[in-house]
Amino acid sequence: MKTPYTEKVIEHFKNPRNVGKIENPDGKSTEGSPACGDMVSVYIKVDDETKKIADIKFESYGCASNIATGSIITELAKGKTIEEAKTISWKQASEALGGLPPVKAHCSVLAVEGLRAAIRDYEERHGLIKEREPTTINVLRKRLKHVMNPLTGLDVVRTELIKDIELKDGTVRITVDLSEDHQFASAIKEDIKEKIEPLWDVKKVTVEFLG
Amino acid sequence: MNTVYLDNASATRMDERVLEAIKPYLFNVYAVATSEFGYSLGIEAKEALDTARTTIAGSLHGSPEEFIFTSGSTESSNLALKGVAKAKKKGHIIVSKIEDFPVLNSAKTLEKQGFAVTYLDVDEYGLIDSNTLEQAITKDTILVSIQHGNQEIGTFQDIEGIAKVCKEHDILFHTDATHTFTRADLDVAKIPVDLVTVSAHTIHGPKGVGGLYIRKGTSLSKAMDGGFQEFNVRAGLENIPGAVGFAKAVELVTPQENERLKTMRDSLIDRLLSEVPDTTLNGHRKKRIPQNANVTFHYVEGESITLHLDMRGIAVSTGSACFSRSLEASHVIMGIGGDHERAHGSVRFTFGRFNTPDEVDRVVDAVSDVVESLRKISPLGKE
Repeated sequence: MKTPYTEKVIEHFKNPRNVGKIENPDGKSTEGSPACGDMVSVYIKVDDETKKIADIKFESYGCASNIATGSIITELAKGKTIEEAKTISWKQASEALGGLPPVKAHCSVLAVEGLRAAIRDYEERHGLIKEREPTTINVLRKRLKHVMNPLTGLDVVRTELIKDIELKDGTVRITVDLSEDHQFASAIKEDIKEKIEPLWDVKKVTVEFLG
Repeated sequence: MNTVYLDNASATRMDERVLEAIKPYLFNVYAVATSEFGYSLGIEAKEALDTARTTIAGSLHGSPEEFIFTSGSTESSNLALKGVAKAKKKGHIIVSKIEDFPVLNSAKTLEKQGFAVTYLDVDEYGLIDSNTLEQAITKDTILVSIQHGNQEIGTFQDIEGIAKVCKEHDILFHTDATHTFTRADLDVAKIPVDLVTVSAHTIHGPKGVGGLYIRKGTSLSKAMDGGFQEFNVRAGLENIPGAVGFAKAVELVTPQENERLKTMRDSLIDRLLSEVPDTTLNGHRKKRIPQNANVTFHYVEGESITLHLDMRGIAVSTGSACFSRSLEASHVIMGIGGDHERAHGSVRFTFGRFNTPDEVDRVVDAVSDVVESLRKISPLGKE
């Protein structure tokens, strides 16, 4: 069989670890990407004393890389403290799987975000979150680092696809250095909106293309 | 284990008899088609080309002078849309929203060049309503391009009704028949269609050869400059082995074969809808090309399904964004009012000559199993 995936990815895809729900979880999240359509839910149980992730489960409505990343992320996070688990990156997950096709970065990054969101949920429920941070250009830039450039598998900031970021009275305007009819233009646009729109003080997001 | 190949809409296995027909034109009669004043080998090549042209044009009930060979359906549809537009210089073009990319993207290019384009909505089955078409027509409309049968959901358009509307308004009508040619009747003597895209790759012929039917009197601008081939419409050395193979492929399709495909299609659709819970048929149950089944399996994703099926030796395709090169969900499923969710879990099964009824059993068993196991890990569809 010919496949763009590594053996490790196929193995986790065929036999995903830690699948399912946790009843009464300490933290949970559902991350979804309208651009790709994939969704992932992450449930965690946290030991209140040690702040270690005692149990973790995931569910995936997604493609092979989404399922495999969900699976590997549960293995990487189990037994770690929430502070340690927060730092698990897409790159680490991808390396643990022996690599993922760049074009699939997009769907697999969801699982990593799912884990972080589940930890944030735990922290919010346990009063561990500080004041809400107002959105600045820096915050936007940080968020955009989670939008993948499907051409390379690296984020759109690092690959210099973001030409300009404007922020005025809660209205965000982002200019992307691609032509509007580029193969990935609409996928990137939806992904950007999805990452920026949830910010609490952002009212409107427009994405424009050069040419 | 033999592969069960159910992606015949994308490409088909060439029939051995097509290869046999082609062979002499690779090794014996390999000359360029010359005029009747040329040398013997060239005259022979010319005769083979003419015979192939007559066979294919005849299967559409057209005359040989009305048919030109191209490199495939992409070129044919490009030539039809851009050729008409360039000849007319300006105006308005109507296409359906669910056309295949050669038509859709040619229309987009023409729009950028200053032509007005209407992308017609279709109903939940993918059907164009003749009244909607009539309302979209303006005094500037120069061309309507609506496919005969859809590439993904297999919906047959009422080509006769559409052609009639165009004829009444004196507008040129092109139809992309890539997925219906020889699988369903298209009689240009009865239906006033002006341009028809056809291809060999969907009917067990060679890849890289197709054609365009051009009704007598239709003016079309040349896309490529070169010699005086194909009635001065399409320049370039004639692909005689391709043309001969295409004609052979046309001759090999029989009404009995099309009935056989329909039987397998119906059996697959009926069994999937009844044996796998939470499924939706995409397209029309009856107005459907013989070789196509397309079903959405809710709560699961298409690329995951196709990968699991591939591991079991079954080749199918999906409208999921994760599967496409542009990461975009199927514009056809979205066009019939579906959402990302419906496209996400859609799987297309397309039959061909070499499929057998027992393969349907193998596919139903595998799909039921795969969908069930993927649903176990899905956060959706649970009470």
